Amino acid sequence: MFHEVGGGGGGGGGGGGGGGVTDLTVRQGANQSAEEGASWLYTFIIGVVGLFVDLPPTMTSSIDESSKEKMRSVSVDLNHDASLLIDIPDALCERDKVKFTVHTKTTLSSFQKPEFSVPRQHEDFIWLHDTLVETEDYAGLIIPPAPPKPDFESPREKMHKLGEGEATMTKDEYTKMKQELEAEYLAVFKKTVQVHEVFLQRLSSHPTLSKDRNFQIFLEYDQDLSVRRKNAKEMFGGFFKNMVKSADEVLISGIKEVDDFFEQEKTFLLDYYSKIKDSTAKAEKMTRAHKNIADDYIHVSATLNSLSADDSTANKKHLEKLADLFEKLRKVEGRVASDQELKLTELLRYYMRDIQAAKDLLYRRARALADYENSNKALDKARLKSKDIPQAEEHQQHCLQKFDKLSESGKKELTSFKGRRVVAFRKNLIEMAELEIKHAKNNVTLLQGCIDQLKNN
Amino acid sequence: MAASSDRNPPPFPATEEPGAGPSDMADGDSDEGEDIFSNPVAVSRGVSQPDRVNEEPPDLFSEEEEASSTPAKSNGVHSDEDNDLFAEAHVELSTDKPGSSDRKELSSSSGLRPASSFTQSPAAMQPTSLEQLEEDEAKDSFDVDVAVTNPEKVGDGMNAYVAYKVSTRTSLPMFRSKAFTVRRRYSDFLGLYEKLSVKQSLLGCIIPPPPEKSVVGMTKVKVGMDDPSSVEFVERRRAALERYLQRVVSHPSLLQDPDVREFLEREELPRAVSTQALSGAGFLKMINKASDAVNKMTIKMNESDTWFEDKFQEVENEEQQLRKLHALVDSLVNHRKELCGNTAVFAKSMAMLGNSEDNTALSRALSQLAEVEDKMEQLHQEQAASDFFIFEELLADYIRLLGAMRGCFDQRMRAWQRWQEAQSTLQKKREAEAKLLWANKPDKLQQAKDEITEWEARVTQYERDFDRVGMTVRKEVLRFEKEKAKDFKSQIIKYLEAMLQSQQRLIKFWEAFLPEAKAIA
Repeated sequence: MFHEVGGGGGGGGGGGGGGGVTDLTVRQGANQSAEEGASWLYTFIIGVVGLFVDLPPTMTSSIDESSKEKMRSVSVDLNHDASLLIDIPDALCERDKVKFTVHTKTTLSSFQKPEFSVPRQHEDFIWLHDTLVETEDYAGLIIPPAPPKPDFESPREKMHKLGEGEATMTKDEYTKMKQELEAEYLAVFKKTVQVHEVFLQRLSSHPTLSKDRNFQIFLEYDQDLSVRRKNAKEMFGGFFKNMVKSADEVLISGIKEVDDFFEQEKTFLLDYYSKIKDSTAKAEKMTRAHKNIADDYIHVSATLNSLSADDSTANKKHLEKLADLFEKLRKVEGRVASDQELKLTELLRYYMRDIQAAKDLLYRRARALADYENSNKALDKARLKSKDIPQAEEHQQHCLQKFDKLSESGKKELTSFKGRRVVAFRKNLIEMAELEIKHAKNNVTLLQGCIDQLKNN
Repeated sequence: MAASSDRNPPPFPATEEPGAGPSDMADGDSDEGEDIFSNPVAVSRGVSQPDRVNEEPPDLFSEEEEASSTPAKSNGVHSDEDNDLFAEAHVELSTDKPGSSDRKELSSSSGLRPASSFTQSPAAMQPTSLEQLEEDEAKDSFDVDVAVTNPEKVGDGMNAYVAYKVSTRTSLPMFRSKAFTVRRRYSDFLGLYEKLSVKQSLLGCIIPPPPEKSVVGMTKVKVGMDDPSSVEFVERRRAALERYLQRVVSHPSLLQDPDVREFLEREELPRAVSTQALSGAGFLKMINKASDAVNKMTIKMNESDTWFEDKFQEVENEEQQLRKLHALVDSLVNHRKELCGNTAVFAKSMAMLGNSEDNTALSRALSQLAEVEDKMEQLHQEQAASDFFIFEELLADYIRLLGAMRGCFDQRMRAWQRWQEAQSTLQKKREAEAKLLWANKPDKLQQAKDEITEWEARVTQYERDFDRVGMTVRKEVLRFEKEKAKDFKSQIIKYLEAMLQSQQRLIKFWEAFLPEAKAIA
């Protein structure tokens, strides 16, 4: 049922550029080749450059400039059901705010039109997520985790530093660094679009959630949702947070679990969550170190070029070749870093959030169990006092039903979650391994070429 | 031998340059194709070319010639030379090597070829003949092979030191045997450097400098040699000392120096005590003092030295760029070490995750991933070492060597200064004599005349010295540049080959992992 594509099926780091380093970017129709995708995206980088955020005054693109970046859907797997197809074909970035264009194609009569698009902000997605979480009826479901806020902080800071350090580097060096940063912006951008899209697609593929009224409003309502958002916040404001806090306590305080399945799941999920959180953080650090090395290569290449330019001896060509090699190597290194980011780090990150959502389900069920047990106690008390027995009985029945319903749907959800997770890991690990091999082979070719050139000279 | 006086190569002060590099071209050449060697040129191979001297003076300075001879380049078909010109060259070379191949003595054996066989100025030079000579030179330099190995800590506490094994293999008769080993400590190497500096740098030679002193590094070693940073320090020093010695013995003049021989051969060396001045800082101070003296010179040198000025500027620029590159490579090394650490940590985390995973196949795959990442850590570690020991140290060596080269230039300036000062003293003496004449004091007059004669001789001597130093410097610089190109090339290749192997292993690791990932169900 759910075919989760973990951290996004494609989108290997932006800034495709140079020789033959194409990879699995985006795929939609059968005709869309990876190459096309990569180069096509690339042409938009130029337009996209200025739009992300503060650029140092020396840059030509103005800060207010905003351009559209067309994005294609990256998670084909989720969009199977023709009755409701959702994707985010467009996104626009102004300063900090990203405006997504949510595009829906449907055959369902519950919608007014068969095809339509609406602009949505990140906050709208959060609103949708929160309302779903608050909906009692969905207590037994794993609500897909909310997409994280678009975070351009890191590349923005780097861009600033780059601007400040411009005087210390050669023009060439500066251009290359800028390119790298632009690629980074692009990667962040792609990721955020992807993650928002996946969120919607999970909803649309879920038999129950896809029918949610708020979901429909989200997709269809062509006005600004901010009014609704404010109302929702006032209503639910701190509730969610409180729930999370108390939920932890409930679970941890060791309610006696009646069902082995859930007992195991609880143990498993709690443990797995902390491990995966740890792995995510460590993977992030690894990726960052890779990026640093790629940056170093840029500087090394530039300095070698300067040395070579001033050199009048036989050494000149050696230095030139080495400079050239480092420039090529750094592109590969950059791809290694961004592919690792997407296939590994993003995968881990996504499942960390998903596991949190699964944990939330467990919390809710645990609360329902607590309610049921309390209702039992209340019934006993009522029987003792011979007062209000029918209400107490009703209440107890109600709690029991709720609890059973939660348990039943919860079991289903958790089982399919397992399957989903395994499939996603498999896909991403395979892809990551293949990419690592590809990049290393590229490196080998580059290195061998340079060595041969040097030896034959 | 001043036979060159009638041939004045354009840029050089036409003094009696000892006929330097015999031009192998000269040999067969003069008759050989005028078409090939339109400007027959003496090849300046400061190497042990020696006795084939021709009165071709300054082609020592192939640089000039290269520039002017580019048209000739196309002619320089290697094979031509092989057959005719250099057949004899080889013969001469081998007999030459031991002993007398000192550049300064070239003049003595000249006269083999009548100057008349050359009608043209030796200014232009055949680059290809240079290549041939390079090959010959390469053969020569492998007549002595040195290695520095087996660092061992001797003694305890603060008096401890590290002794290295210095092994030499040689076919040169000047050594007592063909292969021998001695034990030396760091201060011995420094002592050798000091002795060589004192003697040779006055002549304008570039003396390779040894690695700098390091109080911090050594203290750690004295305390205990076990932790990774000490091990790295010792290894770094050992490798640097080895390269230092290799450079010394591949320098033809230095190899002749008895101190070098003593260093390599003698069982026990007297402890070198005055090595304070030669710590890294001391060395730099020495160079800077010389530069200051030069800067204080008020009389500007005449323009016939544009070669020197230009070269000096080049050297300064290059040194600056190398320093920058060195810092960048250092940053690269640090980032790679960081990656290494992060990867190791990640691998552990992944292993834990694999243990937690309840799907068996996925659990196994995650554990395998953890192992792959462990292997990656190993690769990164090795790569960082390669970055450091091959690339970074290469740059460090050349930064030091360029510093030594600058010192060389300064020596030449000093020589010039001495000459100028002598000239002005002579002038004063002459004025004094004139005054005496006028004042009519015959007794003092004789003394004055004597002094004048003395100073005239000095002036001539200093001028000769200056020219000689100039020539040596030029030769040295050219030789240095060639060596540098070779050195860089071989080190770069070594570095890249290491990187290549690393990537190939990486491929194997991931290829081994792939089926595991595919097996997840």
